[in-house]
Amino acid sequence: MLLRHYILIGTAFAFMAVMVILPIVSIYHRAFSEGWDVYWANISHPDTLAAIWLTIATALIVLPVNIVFGVAAAWAIARYRFFGRRLLLVLIEMPLAISPIVAGLCFLLIYGAYGPVGSALDPFGIQLMFNLTGIILVSFFVTCPFIVREVLPVLMVTGENEEKAALTLGANGWQILWFVTLPNILWALVYGAILATARALGEFGAVSVVSGSIRGETMTLPLQVEMLYNDYNATGAFAAATVLTLLALVTLILRALIALLHPQSRTHSGAQR
Amino acid sequence: MKETTMLRKIIAIALIGLSSTATNLRAENVEILNVSYDIARELYAKINPVFIAKWQAETGQILSVRQSHAGSSKQARAILQGLQADLVTFNQVLDVQVLADKGGFVSNSWQADLPNNASPYYSLPAFLVRGGNPKGIKDWDDLARDDVSLVFPNPKTSGNGRYTYLSAYAFALNKNGGDHKAAEEFLRKILKNVAVFDTGGRGATTTFVERGIGDVLITFEAEVENIRAKEADGAYDRVVPSISILAEFPVAVVEKIAKSRGTEQVSKAYLDFLYSKEGQEIIVSFNNRVNHPEVVKANADNFPQVKLFTVEDVFGSWPDANKTHFATDGVFDRLQRR
Repeated sequence: MLLRHYILIGTAFAFMAVMVILPIVSIYHRAFSEGWDVYWANISHPDTLAAIWLTIATALIVLPVNIVFGVAAAWAIARYRFFGRRLLLVLIEMPLAISPIVAGLCFLLIYGAYGPVGSALDPFGIQLMFNLTGIILVSFFVTCPFIVREVLPVLMVTGENEEKAALTLGANGWQILWFVTLPNILWALVYGAILATARALGEFGAVSVVSGSIRGETMTLPLQVEMLYNDYNATGAFAAATVLTLLALVTLILRALIALLHPQSRTHSGAQR
Repeated sequence: MKETTMLRKIIAIALIGLSSTATNLRAENVEILNVSYDIARELYAKINPVFIAKWQAETGQILSVRQSHAGSSKQARAILQGLQADLVTFNQVLDVQVLADKGGFVSNSWQADLPNNASPYYSLPAFLVRGGNPKGIKDWDDLARDDVSLVFPNPKTSGNGRYTYLSAYAFALNKNGGDHKAAEEFLRKILKNVAVFDTGGRGATTTFVERGIGDVLITFEAEVENIRAKEADGAYDRVVPSISILAEFPVAVVEKIAKSRGTEQVSKAYLDFLYSKEGQEIIVSFNNRVNHPEVVKANADNFPQVKLFTVEDVFGSWPDANKTHFATDGVFDRLQRR
């Protein structure tokens, strides 16, 4: 390797250290600055526990919906030529371009008690905003592009030959999906699911608009972090933030583990990337 | 196929979760939602258990008080969009008025329904200076001196900052016999001394306390005292100016919602409790000023005398003040362009 290679690699590491590692380390440094007892008192506070639970529950509910929708949409777009196919593609990517806070406001205007949908449901005593439903709806909105975006290119590249071969050998639709298509896209699907989950865990803007900020009830972890910080409880805010980073680390470790357990899926998609 | 049954289970659990949040009412228990401003969390965390015990002793009902905290304008908008608030405890009069004006959530006479313009406590802009008051700050005049640098939130983005600006303006008007030219000149000097304009009170506090910028932080008196309580003894001093603007903390029952939920009575009792001796003692412990005569007397030493004006006295109304001073190309913008 030449000197300039080392300089390049060194620059990359230095950049990561300043932009990523330093802030993360500072979260833990600040969270434990008043000792383990204070840290534990902050984490085990009922409101913070409720926020942790709500954040995980939201991610767990949004994820399966995302997987089903993402695979179905990607498969439809990759395998069929139909009217509005391009439009569907654009629509699916739209949430990436729209500011989350605007998305939250749109949901509020439509599904809020005085919006067209919200007011229609109101007589039945069904409320969509300012509770778990609202948080799940906007979380789905902001995370729905991720799986499609990961799975679609893989489906495009693998083509439909294997699926057609399976069909001629007498496989039914579910068998093709389970034994041919899913193994091909597994790694991309997992990667998309991880990105979507990470996004769902960390979403602030859209959730903040529809949450209603009821403490111990509709405060997700990012909202809880902000509220504690505004309360002059910086240590508590950073303690809650450690849980959030921990959850993010868990998703990353899961990803590494899956790569380890399914080496063939890694090499498979590795060849395509 | 296993995965599909798993999925079904997860979806079923999710649906059960959703429906149980939708019908979260039990007959023997009462539940109210207090929708409040962002920095009142600790105050109501202290008040609620006391009121809950009192309510149970009086009626036998087991009450739970849920709390929502965010900026009060955002909260008002959330209620207009369906947040099921039984009562509001805000820090901006206009945000309660919006609930009366748009759809009659709050009675039109809400300000007359409870004592002191429906404001159970109040505060005023005051100064936090460095320990020992090295610059000898005593009143608004000193903030216009060339050797003093100031920190307070931007009036464009912060209600707190507007109170500061309007208080300084009211002081200058009072001193110069109502001469607006002189008041503007005074404000120009003050704005020139601003070291950092943060967007909100929390940011301004960080700038002053943690980054050590500025000689004076101007914020609500209650905040001044709360900051001093958290920092080392003698690190900061409080200075209360001779004149300031009354900052009200208006409360109201959201009748439209409370009526439909059958919680009107308990919501009213909750607000009345804020005016009771017991309630006022808790409120005063957070360094807010109160009106209950006995509580005022017991805490007289902590709260220096100030001549207080209301925004209505000096500027007509909040909408008028906003239009004249803080709208684009208003007085504030003009003075900022040095």
